[in-house]
Amino acid sequence: MTSTLLEARQIHCERDDRPLFSGLELTVGPGDLWRIAGPNGAGKTTLLRILAGLNPAFQGELLWRGEPVHRVRAQYQANLLFLGHSAGVSPSLTAFENLAGWQAMRAPTDPEQVMAALVDAGLAGYEDLPAAQLSAGQQRRVALARLYLSSAPLWILDEAFTAVDREAVGQLEALLSNRVRAGGAVILTTHHPLGLRDVRTLMLEEDHDAV
Amino acid sequence: MRSESRVSVHFAAGEEGWLRAAFETVRREWLVAFRNRQDLINPLVFFVLIVSLFPLGVSPEPEFLRQAGPGIIWVAALLAILLSLNLLFRNDYADGHLEQWVLSPQPLALLALARVAAVWVTTVLPLILLVPVLGVMLHLPAATGMVLVLTLLAGTPILVLVGAIGAALTVSLRGSGVLLVLIMTPFYVPVLIFGTGAVTAAAEGAPITGHLALLGAMLSLAVVLAPLAIAGALRISVSNG
Repeated sequence: MTSTLLEARQIHCERDDRPLFSGLELTVGPGDLWRIAGPNGAGKTTLLRILAGLNPAFQGELLWRGEPVHRVRAQYQANLLFLGHSAGVSPSLTAFENLAGWQAMRAPTDPEQVMAALVDAGLAGYEDLPAAQLSAGQQRRVALARLYLSSAPLWILDEAFTAVDREAVGQLEALLSNRVRAGGAVILTTHHPLGLRDVRTLMLEEDHDAV
Repeated sequence: MRSESRVSVHFAAGEEGWLRAAFETVRREWLVAFRNRQDLINPLVFFVLIVSLFPLGVSPEPEFLRQAGPGIIWVAALLAILLSLNLLFRNDYADGHLEQWVLSPQPLALLALARVAAVWVTTVLPLILLVPVLGVMLHLPAATGMVLVLTLLAGTPILVLVGAIGAALTVSLRGSGVLLVLIMTPFYVPVLIFGTGAVTAAAEGAPITGHLALLGAMLSLAVVLAPLAIAGALRISVSNG
C-alpha cells in the first residue's frame, strides 16, 4: 500500500474545444494541503470536480491509493468529502435534518454528534429552523458542519468559505491546518488570502499550461 | 466555528451500510414531500379533474363511460405522472444535494431504486387509492374496477421507473419540461396498451392473465434495468454542473 492518497497523472481536459489544462500532475499524500490557484475561468472548479470523480470528461489517470478511481469508486467516495459551489443544503429541511441525513448516507447516525457538529459550526440555537430561513452564511455553515463529522482522509473544498464571516474563515483555516497535522489531506480553491503555512500551490495558467 | 474536529482521520471500507443509506433516501424523500405538500396535491388534483371533466366534455351516458372509463383513468394517471416527473430531481439538483447523493459511497443504482419507490408511494399510490371512487363515478362494474386497480399497481411503477431515467438525463437542462414529455411518451405507450387491454379484456369476460403477465414482465425488467440507467444518467447530469 502506497502512502499516497490521490494521484493525478497527465490530466488533460478540454472545454469548448480549447484545452483547459494538459499534462497536469498532482500527488496528494497524508498531511498535504494543496491550493489550486488561478484566474477565473482557468479551470479550478473543473479540476476539483475531476479529482472528486464527478467529471469523467478528461484524459489521464486518477488513482486512489494506487488504484484507478473508477474501479474503487465506492471506497474512494467513502474516504472523500467534497464541498462544491452549491452547498447541498435542502431549504425545506432543518439544519439538523440536513446534517443528520448527510451523515446517515455515510455512517450510522449519532444525533449527539450531529448536534455537536452544528454547535461547532456556530449554529447553536438554529438546529431546528428550516434551512430556507437561515442566512446565506448560515446555510454555508450547515454545509461546513460536515467537516466536523467527517473522518475522511481527503477533503476537496471548492470555494467552501464563501459567505462566511472573516472570523469564521480564520477558524476554518485553523481547522484545516489541524486536520492536515492529524494526517488528513486537503485540496481547496479560495479567493481569500490563506493564512496558512505549508500550503502547496498548483497554479493553473490562463494560457492553459499547468506549471 | 471550532478549529478542532472531534472526529479523527481514518479510512472507511466503503459500500457498507447500503440498507441504512437506502432507508435514509426513502426517509428524506418522504420528509421533503411532506414539507412541500403542495407539490403532492397538484398531480392528484390534475388526475381527478381530467377524469371528472371527461364525462362533461364528451358524454355522460353510462354505456359510453363504462367503455371509455378505464382508458380515461389510465391516460389521466399517465399524464399526472408525466407532469410530476419534471420535479423528481430538479430541486435536489439546484441546491446541490444531488451531487452529495451521487458522491455517497453506496451503489447509486440501489439508492435510485429506493428513491423511485419512495416517489411512487407519495405521488402515485394516492392516485390509485382514488380509482375505486372515480370508478363509481364512471359507472365501472366493481370487477372491472378491481382489474383496473391491479393493472395500475403493476403499470405505474414502470412509468415512474422509466420516467426517472428521462428526468435524470434532463435535470441539468434548463426548460427541459417539454423535452422530457416528448422523450418519455413513446416509452409509455406499450404500458398504456397492455394496461387498458387487460381492463377491456376483463370487461368482455376474456382472460387477462396474458396482459398482466406482460405488464409483470415489463415491471421486472424496469426494476432491474432502470435503476442502472438512472444512476448512469445522474452521473452524466451531475458532471455537467
